[in-house]
Amino acid sequence: MQAYIIRRLLLTIPTVFFVSLIIFFVIRLVPGSIIDKMEAEFGAGYGVTKIDIAGIKHELGLDVPIYVQYGHWLDRIVLHSDLGNSLWKGTPVIDDIKQRWPVTFELGILALIVTQIIAIPLGVFSALRQDTWGDYIGRSFAILCIAVPSFWLATLVIVYPSIWWGYMPPIRLIPFSVDPVGNLKMFIVPAIVLGMSGAGSNMRLMRTMMLEVLRQDYIRTAWAKGLKERVVVTRHALKNSLIPVITMIGYQLPVLVGGAVIIENIFDLPGMGRLLTDATTSRDYPIVTGVVLIISVVLVFINLIIDLSYGFLDPRIHYK
Amino acid sequence: MTNKTPKTTNDIKKRSKLVELGIRMWKEKPLGTVGVVITLILLLVAIFAPLLAPYGMNDVHSLNALQSPSTQFLFGTDNLGRDILSRVIFGARISVIVGLMATLISTVISTFLGILSAYIGGTFDLILQRFIDAELSIPNLLLLMVIISMIGPGLWQVIFCLGISNGIGNTRMIRSLVIGIKENMYINSAIALGAPTRKIIFQHILPNIMAPIIILFSMTVPWMILNEAGLSFLGFGIPPPQPSWGGMLSGSARKYMLLDPWMALWPGLALSITVYAVNMLGDALRDLLDPRLRGGVGRYGGKVKKKDQVKNKPAAAEGSISTD
Repeated sequence: MQAYIIRRLLLTIPTVFFVSLIIFFVIRLVPGSIIDKMEAEFGAGYGVTKIDIAGIKHELGLDVPIYVQYGHWLDRIVLHSDLGNSLWKGTPVIDDIKQRWPVTFELGILALIVTQIIAIPLGVFSALRQDTWGDYIGRSFAILCIAVPSFWLATLVIVYPSIWWGYMPPIRLIPFSVDPVGNLKMFIVPAIVLGMSGAGSNMRLMRTMMLEVLRQDYIRTAWAKGLKERVVVTRHALKNSLIPVITMIGYQLPVLVGGAVIIENIFDLPGMGRLLTDATTSRDYPIVTGVVLIISVVLVFINLIIDLSYGFLDPRIHYK
Repeated sequence: MTNKTPKTTNDIKKRSKLVELGIRMWKEKPLGTVGVVITLILLLVAIFAPLLAPYGMNDVHSLNALQSPSTQFLFGTDNLGRDILSRVIFGARISVIVGLMATLISTVISTFLGILSAYIGGTFDLILQRFIDAELSIPNLLLLMVIISMIGPGLWQVIFCLGISNGIGNTRMIRSLVIGIKENMYINSAIALGAPTRKIIFQHILPNIMAPIIILFSMTVPWMILNEAGLSFLGFGIPPPQPSWGGMLSGSARKYMLLDPWMALWPGLALSITVYAVNMLGDALRDLLDPRLRGGVGRYGGKVKKKDQVKNKPAAAEGSISTD
């Protein structure tokens, strides 16, 4: 077990290294220099002169060879936890992220809860009634969840209720610490929309895993003992089919973050996704790099925790 | 002549296989058949878009802006007075092109890298897999947004970015398939006989993973269509005035949706039906092509059994007793 944990931790180092490498080089090496783009788009309006360009180049560290740039960049992040300053505002990127992450975090957690509330009962239901009408309806609903993109669902949720009943989603952010109920009211609709998109694939996985477990010998034994359906399903079958579902959460997190970017934009939630789209549009690259890097590294570590947790969740798994 | 004869028989064999697959799909997977039909309709609409669309995709009827559906404009008009039906029809074209081309690029990359990673193994595999770990940890949409903001939005930019980023991720699946096949005796004997690596890969490994590749292809197409729409929605995809289904729901159109809610309906509906149909098709294809998934109540259960019972009762009865 210990050896496995150490090996898994060591494998995380190259992954994080590659994450930083991809993000750094995507921004530097993709055709189209940042400076040219900034000059072309904002040059006239913002009064960027030749001297300013040299200044920005220096600020971004673009006046030295690329591997030196990477070294400087990494050195600043790792040793000084400094992601650089915003190009337009001049404030540290890390401050922006500190201010914005709770919104994305809350949205993500609530969406995950919504996903599981829909997926687990529906998956179990469909598996127990395999190839009946109930199963068909459950599975069709799952594919519907996959097929309806969250940005369309969100658009419908914003447009139609406001026409029919005059409903408007709240516009200003209510912090959880000030008014928990108002805050939840504000987040619940976006979270349901975001959670629905993940529910489909989760439900299908839950159904498959449940079917697999229900065919096992020990389930037959449980039935033969005369246990009630509820006990067989919840205590024997459900527990053992949940492990792949937890793995799935790990895989789905990047998709969830992508969805959060869209949802934050539609519902005007000031989270990290909103920060990223605004920064990408205004070409504020220190913020873009910072946000993508932080999110990706956090996801690497969440997946690490999920991997390590199997040993505790499933006594059958022994790491060598 | 001698070269030609086997080629033609091979062709007939291939076609009959496809026909056989179609018949099985029709009999066993009614929902999959619906998926096939809708997908075919989508393809036809995309190909014949200029003939089917009542107006040009960017024709402006400024006097008729923000109209509800009518006989003149079946789906209504948008804020600039463009016919929404025509735009949805031309939008199908973009979805089909992106869906197919990006998936093609993705499949080529994942197959190439997957086989290479599994076949070479060792340090190369270890490093490549860490790289893929990293790529999978960076949310795809975020990476694509950033890249497209650099190289500028456009059809081919979106296709290449979607194809490459998805292809790297899918490498994982191909790799695990090849690792499973690599241990087979026939590969070892091919190596022992001195077959060159290229021959082993193209003649022994590739044909054996063809079915999963087809399944992967059909599963990736809807993903591509959805992501193109998502990117266009955020303004990092197909630039307006090109009628992408995602783009039609975003930008200046959003301000007018409260005045004309039909604008919010049609592009999303087209997108959802398309993705739903292609998913159904992919699911059915997977069930039919993957022999491991035929267990349980599948090929030999349910409807087939009932039909047999009607046709020749005693035989079916015997069968059902022995299976229970």
